[in-house]
Amino acid sequence: MKTFKMGGIHPSENKLSAGRPIQLANIPKQVVIPLSHYIGNPSEAVVKKGDFVKVGQLIGKANGFISANVHASVSGKVNKIDVQLDASGYKRLAVFIDVEGDEWLETIDRTPTIISECLLSREEILKKIQDAGIVGLGGATFPAHVKLSPPPGKKAEILIINAVECESYLTCDHQLMLEKGEEILIGVSILMRVLDVKQAAIGIENNKKDAIAHLSKLAEKHTGIRIEALKVQYPQGGEKQLIDAIIQRQVPSGRIPIEVGAVVQNVGTTFAVYEAVQKNKPMIERVLTITGKEASNPGNYLVRLGIYLASVVEQAGGVPANTGKIVGGGPMMGRSLMNLNVPMAKGSAGILFIKAEESLRKPIQNCIRCTKCVRVCPMGLEPFLLMNQSERNMWPEMEKNRVMDCIECGSCSYTCPSNRPLLDYIRFGKTTVGSIIRNRK
Amino acid sequence: MEKLIISPAPHIHGGDSVKKNMTAVLLALLPALLVGFYFFGLGALIITLTSVISCVLFEYILQRYVLRIETSISDGSAAVTGLLLAMNLPTNLPIWIIVIGALVAIGIGKITYGGLGNNPFNPALVGRVFLLISFPAQMTSWPLPTPFSSHYLDAETGATVLSIIKSHLGELPSTLSLFLGNMSGSMGEISSAALLLGLLYLLLKKTISWHIPISILSTVFVFTALLNYFKPDVYASPWLHMFSGGLMLGAIFMATDYVTSPMNPRGMLVYGFGIGIITVVIRVFGVYPEGVSFAILIMNGFTPIINTYIKPKRFGENIK
Repeated sequence: MKTFKMGGIHPSENKLSAGRPIQLANIPKQVVIPLSHYIGNPSEAVVKKGDFVKVGQLIGKANGFISANVHASVSGKVNKIDVQLDASGYKRLAVFIDVEGDEWLETIDRTPTIISECLLSREEILKKIQDAGIVGLGGATFPAHVKLSPPPGKKAEILIINAVECESYLTCDHQLMLEKGEEILIGVSILMRVLDVKQAAIGIENNKKDAIAHLSKLAEKHTGIRIEALKVQYPQGGEKQLIDAIIQRQVPSGRIPIEVGAVVQNVGTTFAVYEAVQKNKPMIERVLTITGKEASNPGNYLVRLGIYLASVVEQAGGVPANTGKIVGGGPMMGRSLMNLNVPMAKGSAGILFIKAEESLRKPIQNCIRCTKCVRVCPMGLEPFLLMNQSERNMWPEMEKNRVMDCIECGSCSYTCPSNRPLLDYIRFGKTTVGSIIRNRK
Repeated sequence: MEKLIISPAPHIHGGDSVKKNMTAVLLALLPALLVGFYFFGLGALIITLTSVISCVLFEYILQRYVLRIETSISDGSAAVTGLLLAMNLPTNLPIWIIVIGALVAIGIGKITYGGLGNNPFNPALVGRVFLLISFPAQMTSWPLPTPFSSHYLDAETGATVLSIIKSHLGELPSTLSLFLGNMSGSMGEISSAALLLGLLYLLLKKTISWHIPISILSTVFVFTALLNYFKPDVYASPWLHMFSGGLMLGAIFMATDYVTSPMNPRGMLVYGFGIGIITVVIRVFGVYPEGVSFAILIMNGFTPIINTYIKPKRFGENIK
């Protein structure tokens, strides 16, 4: 079975919410929609206090190419435009909307009919994707239209759909594939049309056998789309790792996937593309997994953007008593949250409750030079060395040892027998070296 | 949940620990230890207990009363050093010499450099080589294998295979009895079969990777096979080299010591190749009948430079 060739780990999968049907999250009295997501310029508000907005109406206009539109996820009156702490821990400008009814823009097709035919041109599709404010739903939230517009002279050969969901606990993509398989495949053909490629591969890890079987059956009706079952291994959902796993090509250091002829999109993004292009529905909601070993009711929820996470959690049975840490996202790359009074964002894939006794790190011991961090690094780096150099502010040396290649997957810290905070130091060094490189230009 | 814990990712840990790794090494040494007990009886038991207890005790005393820092005896690394040292000693060695060896191994070999993780040379080998140079007579008289022997200091001694090869005196045992361990030598030298069983366990547990042991063994095999091919009447067969002396113990347990070996597969291959070459050169052309300990210590010295110049295979390296 295919997988990436270098490094990797296999944490306990703990897919507690697997197979749980997607439920609609209740809409509270107020939602707070951030005008910016993690990557790219913040969008500019185009509504003001007192305005009445409908579901799907543009409220934030993209500012520049690497930026995405933001739409109202509920109908109601704009209460204010103010700063709000988001899940990444930063204060960002957000639109506060007092909910009134559930009135949608008339242009949005809300019927469950599946529309498979798409005769739009490449430019028309791209415009729709851009207008709908679609960003990558895998975590980095990079605007989708940017990746779909290869630089001049570069041509994609294959579209790769990232349905790996290699993080433990998370099941939102898995459930989406089970419930919206046909729509996803139509989304894939639309993206193939945009990129003008003949083939697409959907990479799914082998712990989701039902999704593999379901999509393989549906894919028989679509030409050029194949399903690739992958050996379960973290971080297979890393872009470079997934490309390596599926087409055995390694994207060189500092380069982007298009240089080996690949474009990668997340499976959730693909579904959003279907909705935007075929149903005129902008990105106003996404699936969120709520989970944890002691969660009373682990499940998958379709949540409108801007709903406070606290509200969804309450609907899912509340925060378990013995919780030491709440993580936004998966256990390997998610961020720990200070509280649940943060709004649902385009990049929110999960809320994970970690038991108190599993929340604290164990005491740091001397490095015993066991080389396990080197063995698991999927980029072929030397985490032990980078940490030492970061502790000593040796920035030029870190750059030479390729710290910028680090994808921050955390496999090194996960595996270290001495409990050394390898990634903490590497991330710090990467940030510093990154700004040194930018200042050089 | 009054207060939530905030920390950067990753939020889970694989559960590996220094103690687990050290325990794996101890378990992997168990077959060889049992064979040692079988062939050398009481003597084997006495030197093992003495060596392990004194290594752990010296680590405790030095950290607790001399350096006044937290002791690290519970991580099991001192016990591993003690057991490896015992594996390297003749089973008729007086207790006081073993205690000196343990003090040198732990004191000079490990604690002076800052404890586990910081020592440039393998502590057990530092202890062994110190004893070999200081007490050459006692360190080269090897008891004959006698199942369940009740002799310790008064055990009957005989020559090791390598010294027979060196001096061309005496008769060599068959390759099979070499493989199983029915010969004179230290506990860790005799049974290649038991040591290979340990290697299998360590590889399955992923405690070590194959690179160091396999590169050492194959280098020694190829080098001695070439010598043997061109002058079979002068140079011993490669199998004899493979299954005698400290080669297996060295390749599987001493050279693979985490702290003192290179940090990536490519470096490990270079290091293993170096150990293999130096071992054969000392065995065949040197004064000493055995050279594995020296070869490992010499290559330990090269480890930092190997780490500086030989980097792991990077992702996307082969693509232009």
